[in-house]
Amino acid sequence: MELVFPTKPFKTHGGADVPHNKNTAQTESAVMSPPAQVVLPMQQHVGAPCTPLVKIGETVLVGQKIADSSAFISAPIHASVSGKVSAIKKIMLPGGQYTDAIVIDSDGEMTVSPDVKPPVAEALEDFIKAIRESGLVGLGGAGFPAHVKLNVPKDKKLDTMIVNAAECEPYITADNREAIENSWDVFSGIYAVLDLLKLERVIIAVEDNKPDVIEILKKIADSKTNDPEDRVRILPLHARYPQGAEKVLIKACTDREIPMGKLPADVGCLVMNITSVAFIAKYLKTGMPLVTKRVTIDGSAIRNPQNVIVPIGTKIADIIEFCGGYQSEPKKILMGGPMMGLALASDELPVLKQNNGILAFGEKEARLLEPTACIRCGRCVEGCPMNLIPTQLEKYSNAKDVEKLQEYDVMDCMECGTCSFNCPAGRPLVQAIRLGKGLVKAGGKK
Amino acid sequence: MADKLIVSSSPHIRSGVTTRKIMLDVILALTPAAIASVIIFGFKALVLIVCSVASCVLSEYVCRKVMKRENTIGDLSAVVTGILIAFNVPVGVSPFIVIFGGIAAIVVVKQMFGGIGQNFVNPALTARIIMMSSFPAPMSSWNTPFYYLHQTDAVTTASPLGILKEGSSGTMPTLLNMFVGVRAGCLGETCAIALILGGIYLVVRKVISPAIPLSYVGTVAVISLIAGRNVLFDILAGGLLLGAIFMATDYATSPINLKGKIVFAVGAGVITMLIRLFGQLPEGVSFSIILMNLLVPHIERLTRPLAFGKERVKNEN
Repeated sequence: MELVFPTKPFKTHGGADVPHNKNTAQTESAVMSPPAQVVLPMQQHVGAPCTPLVKIGETVLVGQKIADSSAFISAPIHASVSGKVSAIKKIMLPGGQYTDAIVIDSDGEMTVSPDVKPPVAEALEDFIKAIRESGLVGLGGAGFPAHVKLNVPKDKKLDTMIVNAAECEPYITADNREAIENSWDVFSGIYAVLDLLKLERVIIAVEDNKPDVIEILKKIADSKTNDPEDRVRILPLHARYPQGAEKVLIKACTDREIPMGKLPADVGCLVMNITSVAFIAKYLKTGMPLVTKRVTIDGSAIRNPQNVIVPIGTKIADIIEFCGGYQSEPKKILMGGPMMGLALASDELPVLKQNNGILAFGEKEARLLEPTACIRCGRCVEGCPMNLIPTQLEKYSNAKDVEKLQEYDVMDCMECGTCSFNCPAGRPLVQAIRLGKGLVKAGGKK
Repeated sequence: MADKLIVSSSPHIRSGVTTRKIMLDVILALTPAAIASVIIFGFKALVLIVCSVASCVLSEYVCRKVMKRENTIGDLSAVVTGILIAFNVPVGVSPFIVIFGGIAAIVVVKQMFGGIGQNFVNPALTARIIMMSSFPAPMSSWNTPFYYLHQTDAVTTASPLGILKEGSSGTMPTLLNMFVGVRAGCLGETCAIALILGGIYLVVRKVISPAIPLSYVGTVAVISLIAGRNVLFDILAGGLLLGAIFMATDYATSPINLKGKIVFAVGAGVITMLIRLFGQLPEGVSFSIILMNLLVPHIERLTRPLAFGKERVKNEN
């Protein structure tokens, strides 16, 4: 059966009208000069951590592989500046786990490694191997190694690629700027994947609060010369959080519902972030692995909010300095957006591969409601994109009732935070549910 | 700097809707009906509303103090209960009756079960039933609209449902009069247009879902039609609109999920009409809602929404 393109998004459940605060959407990205030092943690992806391939004192060049793992679900790490490895030390990641990190003191030269050359990627196997070597992980924030996603099991037939440019997190505009500044890379990346994986159609999904992005991409996709067989189209989505969450996105674009515990490939879909797709094009052209990242720097405590392209591993404090520093005392610093981002204990942490934003909030934005009693208003139930009952799950989590947690499908929660955002009593719903998921995992699967 | 940063689990922003703002919206939505009650039944209506609200707020304050819990009168839910209790009495009752009702609603029904969100029956409706059984005579004696304009002492009449059911003497008001509230009845229940306005406001402000009022009134209308009664009369009479818009939608005592809300409201509609058709009482809104309140946990369990992706798994196995 011939697949048709949707003309409007399919119905999805729940969600929230979060404030957009896309303050940096119209500002051209700045490129930061190399910092004096970068810190590259061995765990910047979902999967096995890497082991350093370099020793303290060794000289490294930009794009040189400095850490790798033999595990399938993992992604190598490359030097983002040229200079000398000054230390390999344990650091704490934003999530609280400890990992080794390679510290490179920059020589300020940014000398590119001779290993950096366009990869051979004509056949699918070579392409997947090349993507693995590039160190690419899902740049939307999840950080899932890209080659794993592209290595589709033989028994699964993919027909649709969804390019995720929804960017539903407030403040964050990194993908938005990528789409505008590198629209052609987005399309060459799409065509590379489209041809190699023999997909039928590509849907670029953009929330309708970004009309300029929709217009620019549409102009390319609708042209007969660029897209002769009309295999790529843009789908404007309702700007309603969390449209960009994988399961919600697939539902909105294709009306397919991923069965509980299954993956996008089980419904014939491949979802890739727009910046990831554009990176593939750049990598195929130049062979430069993932060593820089565009991050949105915003929040009331930042003097000059903007997108900055930085070497991965640059310390947050250095980037904020580049953006004019703090204009007021920061009370909360987030890695990622305000809905799912992690609050940091210090601005000395480095930017990671999948990082798309750093927000520094002042006193007013950092303060949250004191929780009061649940009034059973149902706003959490109405908002849950997974159709769960957050308020019940919160009770079962607090009671450590693993059986009830499982009965009420706690593991289906993707922790988007819509329930807590909506709660008029300020209850920490998703926070309790996270603990509940931990209890279920600890208690063994059903 | 490290020790000065707040580290908390996401999300880091909130919608801005708070319990207090929701209750404020409900109070605002009740205001047209309150104004109507003062116009129709005179200054005494305002006295009753003020006494009832004061009784509820004070009861809540004292209760929390005695129980050594944080003060919650700021959430304004006691004010809403107070207004609703006054809306459920005839204008002729003594202020002491509503004060008694307020204490019963807040102390016994609400705070003894843990406060806001924890009570399993509607406090205002339970108070109405307690007041009705404690003071049956004043609670069922109705003054004619605008009685206060006449120089004579309180003029009493029968309520429209009373006329219909018991054949009590009195002239049946026209449907138009019933729509604007010129009929005998409890303070807040007579002016349909004011109640509907309040309901629309609550739906627009997303404080309530229209599911409960529409299914409730719709069910009453369908049964009324089948029974060969005057459908508009059944909708406008008694406390149906007040109950369907403001009492059956009470968060604590109605189902949390959409399907549950519909089942709950249809059930309340059926019971209301069963009482109106076959019961000994002329009116059945209070009892229907309270009976359905008791079934809420069961309704919620039976109408639980299917989690995302769950059906598919079932079909495959």
